[in-house]
Amino acid sequence: MNTPADLIVEKEIKFDHKKNNLNSTSENNSYKQEILKEKGQREVFCGLTGIVWLHRKIQDAFFLVVGSRTCAHLIQSAAGVMIFAEPRFATAIIDEKDLAGLADANEELDRVVSQLLSRRPDIKLLFLVGSCPSEVIKLDLSNAAERLSKNYLPNVKVLNYSGSGIETTFTQGEDACLKSMVPEMQQSKGSKEKKLLIVGTLADIIEDQFSRLFKKIGIENFDFFPPRNSTDLPEVGKDSVFLLAQPFLAETATELEKSGAKHIPAMFPFGVQGSYEWFLSAAKEFGVSEEKVTTVLNPYISRAKHAVSKSLGLLEGKSVFFFPDSQLEVPLARFLHHELKMNLLEVGTPYLNKKLVAKELFKIPNETQISEGQDVERQLDRCINKNPDLIVCGLGLANPLEAQGFTTKWSIELVFSPIHGFDQAGDLAELFSRPMYRRKKIAALKPKKENFGVTQ
Amino acid sequence: MKLTVWTYEGPPHVGAMRIATAMKDVHYVLHAPQGDTYADLLFTMIERLKDRPPVTYTTFQARDLGGDTAELFKSATKSAFERFKPNAILVGSSCTAELIQDDPGGLAEAIGLPVPVIPLELPAYQKKENWGASETFYQLVKTFTCSDEGQIGQVKKPICNILGPTSLGFRHRDDVEEIKKLLTVLGIEINVIAPLGASVLDLKKLREAKFNVVLYPEIANSAAIWLSKKFGQPFNKSLPYGVLGTNEFVKEILALAEISSSDSASETSLRNFNRSAWYSRSVDSNYLTNKRVFIFGDGSHVLAAKDVAIKEFGFSVVGIGTYSREMAREVRVSAESSGLKALITDDYLEVEKAIEETQPELILGTQMERHIAKRLGIGCTMISAPMHVQDFPSRYSPQMGYEGANVLFDSWIHPLMMGLEEHLLTMFREDFEFKDDVTPSHLSHEKSKFTEENKRAEDSEQVFSEINTCKVVWEKEAEDELKKIPFFVRGKARKNTESFASSRGFSKISIETLYDAKAFHAR
Repeated sequence: MNTPADLIVEKEIKFDHKKNNLNSTSENNSYKQEILKEKGQREVFCGLTGIVWLHRKIQDAFFLVVGSRTCAHLIQSAAGVMIFAEPRFATAIIDEKDLAGLADANEELDRVVSQLLSRRPDIKLLFLVGSCPSEVIKLDLSNAAERLSKNYLPNVKVLNYSGSGIETTFTQGEDACLKSMVPEMQQSKGSKEKKLLIVGTLADIIEDQFSRLFKKIGIENFDFFPPRNSTDLPEVGKDSVFLLAQPFLAETATELEKSGAKHIPAMFPFGVQGSYEWFLSAAKEFGVSEEKVTTVLNPYISRAKHAVSKSLGLLEGKSVFFFPDSQLEVPLARFLHHELKMNLLEVGTPYLNKKLVAKELFKIPNETQISEGQDVERQLDRCINKNPDLIVCGLGLANPLEAQGFTTKWSIELVFSPIHGFDQAGDLAELFSRPMYRRKKIAALKPKKENFGVTQ
Repeated sequence: MKLTVWTYEGPPHVGAMRIATAMKDVHYVLHAPQGDTYADLLFTMIERLKDRPPVTYTTFQARDLGGDTAELFKSATKSAFERFKPNAILVGSSCTAELIQDDPGGLAEAIGLPVPVIPLELPAYQKKENWGASETFYQLVKTFTCSDEGQIGQVKKPICNILGPTSLGFRHRDDVEEIKKLLTVLGIEINVIAPLGASVLDLKKLREAKFNVVLYPEIANSAAIWLSKKFGQPFNKSLPYGVLGTNEFVKEILALAEISSSDSASETSLRNFNRSAWYSRSVDSNYLTNKRVFIFGDGSHVLAAKDVAIKEFGFSVVGIGTYSREMAREVRVSAESSGLKALITDDYLEVEKAIEETQPELILGTQMERHIAKRLGIGCTMISAPMHVQDFPSRYSPQMGYEGANVLFDSWIHPLMMGLEEHLLTMFREDFEFKDDVTPSHLSHEKSKFTEENKRAEDSEQVFSEINTCKVVWEKEAEDELKKIPFFVRGKARKNTESFASSRGFSKISIETLYDAKAFHAR
């Protein structure tokens, strides 16, 4: 296993942005391709969107956005198609009075929080979520969270993080949220036994699968973070090692390192290869032999390979273009290239944390254009010129591209679907092949622009 | 600061987007932080439009705030013009950009573009979506009707403009079709429909009409008032909603067009398009009499729906309100005329409280009232924006005109329990399948777990004492008797009995009190 990728990873690098310069100048990195860095209009979500899945994961938490009507409108447009009897998120909408003086704004916030908590006595954890307006007027929400915590503990803990568009893109909202919870984790006492922390929101069913597999491999002492209930926060300390399940958790990782935990570099558990490597990385850390891991995982590997192969017919040899959205792009492109033999035209990502995706980057072919950031109009030009068979993009672009005759896979679904691990590898492949399949299936409708009828 | 669970309207720049997206050749450059492009999804997903909205965002980030965001705005405007070659450019700020105080109007002016640039002042911390749409449309109309100073004499022909339909409007697409048909039958020509589908050139032609038809006052009233002052074009006050509303509208439009009713031979035949009047008259609808309805939405839809509910379907309106402050006076007057107090609020929690208090059997509202209806286990139908994807249906489904009245009949009646089932439920309470308070069986696929939880909650004493804030105690037998009353009117019966008991100074409610109260409150 002396591949260059392992060399990169074994050289331990701290999560420090300034030192995080594993670019093409580093001789250890075999990834030679220039990364295109673009600046311009970005067609992405802000971090507030993370609330849409986080509120389901942490069931006793409430997310109070401190922002404008725009923020409230964003969340309800994203989540409001579900009919809520008791939604677990809301917005404290800043009005003109609050803009006049900051002292007032704090009193106002206290009033809103007390109104909220008297309505929802079941809440154990309240997140004050910062937005662009609250950050531009420099409303100090971390101070407010401390003050309110003092008032409401032990019943309610109040934390703060930023989900603003100026600071965070889409899944980075989860990173910021988890980061804010790390200081609340109990420091583990004394190092009896090494303990594994699996970090990142996972579908409940996947947590259960992973639990079974870790136990089979022989790792018994592990916790998931975030927990399903805020009162079940795992401990952290010098005896902790952590494995990221999602590639967008750079800040959370830094914070965990500050608490003494050690990061296990790994690929991400997407597809057969990623999942195997992910478990193997953890196993090595716990001194489990590769042989044992392989023996335990073999049935899962062959089952998953079989499931993935079902999509091969539709995807093999087809080209794919990724627009930036969630930072899942690089690992997913790796999966599509290696396990479904797709041809990668461009892999766009909102941010490229080279340390986190080092092992993944190494697997991306050199002829693939990797781009960080976005100038959406120019990227659309590039995309249309390359005429991809499949375009992975956000919902703002998907239907307009379909109407031009392209086949698209809307990327947000990848964040909302169980896609991690062996038993989801087939489903993950299917998410990409479904639009191709559908296109074939309804071919009689002649889905060309002129046959679509009028919208208005 | 205001605790907001759901918001009835978006920020005003979304209103401006609705105008820009509705039109053909107008581009909007919006100074906004990264992430505000979520609004594109409203158009591409909820309304399923096939093109991206004609909006360029500056999408500034934190690192840009230290630098020159004004320069960012200028370069975004320049490249938007070069790429899209629009015939007019709207420029403005979103809520965050409003705080950093670059001046989009001045900056765009400085670039010196060869097309009109219309700066939009949309105060995001005071005003909301409909105001933003209305203001944007008004500014556009003002700019382009004035720019062409050629004289136009008094228009004699019966020719009109249709004003108000936009992108993301509640059934605007089909309302326009329906009203176009109606006007054509009446012998009225249509000059321009705006903003939906209009170009800058069309706006310049607005003056060539004899009068204006305003379909959505929330969007088009200020433009219509301006056109009436400037060019003497009158406009309608009534809305073609329901059979009676449409009759009234036809009368008013014929007067504006100066066509005498007798000239328009087809006027009476128009009503043949309508079936809802007969449906409502047919004996099957007898049980709809005095069904208790709560109405909430934008001002014009609420006012119109109230008339239809009472005069055409024979419902009894127990609560009415709007989130459109601009329409507050009209809604108040209308509510008072029915002995009600209008609820003027944009606070979802207040609406929820009012609905809980009035215990209606049907809610006519918006997407937000659906949440309340689910919680309380009450039937609900949409009559107004805000709405979600299911209210941009593929099928033809206007709300206006005679076909619109047909649509109203079907969609309002659908969530109610059907007559026979209602009778049988009242008579036999212990059926294992057609149980009390489960979802009406014709909706069985929509059965919500919540209704059952709600029932359980209601049955448990603990919650009961929470709901019941007055000091009156129910005797066991009376409580059991109460449960024999059908679910959808039980809440009302409970409230009536309790208020009856406390007004008489009773401390206990017996079976007799229950029936005394029933007689007292008899309709």
